[in-house]
Amino acid sequence: MLEINDVRAGYDRTTVLHEVTVAVPDDGVAAVLGHNGAGKSTLLRTAMGLIRPSHGTVLLDGEDITRLAPHQRVARGMAYVPQGQQSFPHLTTAENLRLVADGSPRGGGRDAIAEALDLFPVLRELAHRRAGLLSGGQRQQLAIARALVTRPRILLLDEPTEGIQPSVVAEIETTVLSLAARGGLCVLLVEQHVGFAMRAAERYYVLEAGRVTSSGEGGTGAERTVREALSV
Amino acid sequence: MTVILNQSFTGVSIGAVLLLIALGLTLTFGQMGVINMAHGEFIMAGAYTTYVLQKPIGDAGVSLLLALPVAFLVAGSMGALLEWLLIRRLYTRPLDTLLVTWGVSLMLQQLARDIFGAPNVQTTAPGLLTGSVSVAGVNLATSRLFILGFALLCVAGLAAILRTTPLGRRIRAVVQNRDLAEVSGIATGRVDRTTFFIGSGLAGMAGVALTLIGPIGPTTGTNYIVDAFLVVVVGGIGRLRGAVITAFVLGLLQSVLEYSTTVSVAKVVVLVGIVAFLQWRPQGLYTVRTRSLV
Repeated sequence: MLEINDVRAGYDRTTVLHEVTVAVPDDGVAAVLGHNGAGKSTLLRTAMGLIRPSHGTVLLDGEDITRLAPHQRVARGMAYVPQGQQSFPHLTTAENLRLVADGSPRGGGRDAIAEALDLFPVLRELAHRRAGLLSGGQRQQLAIARALVTRPRILLLDEPTEGIQPSVVAEIETTVLSLAARGGLCVLLVEQHVGFAMRAAERYYVLEAGRVTSSGEGGTGAERTVREALSV
Repeated sequence: MTVILNQSFTGVSIGAVLLLIALGLTLTFGQMGVINMAHGEFIMAGAYTTYVLQKPIGDAGVSLLLALPVAFLVAGSMGALLEWLLIRRLYTRPLDTLLVTWGVSLMLQQLARDIFGAPNVQTTAPGLLTGSVSVAGVNLATSRLFILGFALLCVAGLAAILRTTPLGRRIRAVVQNRDLAEVSGIATGRVDRTTFFIGSGLAGMAGVALTLIGPIGPTTGTNYIVDAFLVVVVGGIGRLRGAVITAFVLGLLQSVLEYSTTVSVAKVVVLVGIVAFLQWRPQGLYTVRTRSLV
């Protein structure tokens, strides 16, 4: 589905990713793990087109999308939930979702909003509250719902459980796992929470200082290997 | 009592003009953060559009009504072209934007001089807008009433676009978080151009309205540009409601001060008042509460 091949990327003259290759299988979940500053978010930003790689390619279903703008990638079925529970703070919850539904060339519309709200019912009650006034957990749920409104084929999630209270973390975990199990959607998950990542992923990659230092089949059986790789 | 009513009406009508010229800036400066010094020249373009249309059409009323949409298109297209040619390359360099648009402003003024000549020109107001109506012993100029009504109509229209239409939501989203808007599937470059088109178009319509209260010339817009920026800054950057309140408060303040002192002293006192206000409340009259950092 999504292939990031031999990518070198960074900010200004600082190279953060050094020849990184990551592949997300069809209908599967790939997890990228690593310490702070390893380049995980940079990898997702590069995959989404917010950063242009100086070397390498990004392929979606075999099509080279390396030079496409982010909104063109969304039109091709990619969705991205950035780190930090980002929202449009002065728009209401409902407006945050309608904004995406209105402009979605993949025809999500009101049905897609209803489906997204079914996953996070609390957002229904907060429909008319400005996103900037929601709690961190609610904003993260809104961010995931907003991404799903475009009816993506691939979802890029950047640390969806970071800085969120445990009860909401459990809800987000359950949602991500059920989305992945439902089929028709593959996920590239960046996560520091190893247990969650390995429960969800069919394939994992450990990133250290912008390089893939370990990779393999996912699943809870690989959790120990990943923890060891991360502790080095 | 008559004096108070008279000065109040003068203040409200000054406020209406300020509001009309500042309205476009609430989009291009307030929403997008672009300091466009050529905004005044879009006002001028709108004013000259009225002048140009009046010659072949003859009927002042018809030409005025026709001038409003045409001026919107002319000034809007100029703005969109400016955004596409220059400003989009300078979004991260506000000081360069200021200098570049100032240069464009000077070029457009000279272009107007070359086409229409240096002296000011006068348009003919429709008969309906040349008289006055008497309310409670106060004579209200119909042209000023027209500008007041037109300004309020434009505010309502712009507010409706921003609040209820998909375009409005996209404009607000791009302003609040450009990267997030782009990864949400919004073509931010197209939204920027549309925003600039509407903001500049509103300046063009303000120019049409200004032809009702005096002659027009190459520097017509420049004379108003500083006041327009003040309205947007004092109202709170990007806040339409703040711009409306500020325009009328500044208009009333100026009117009262001009009555009790002189025009120059009134201007100085208003500017000192604004400086003091911004020291106390640098974010302007209105801000939006938020728990998130973005």
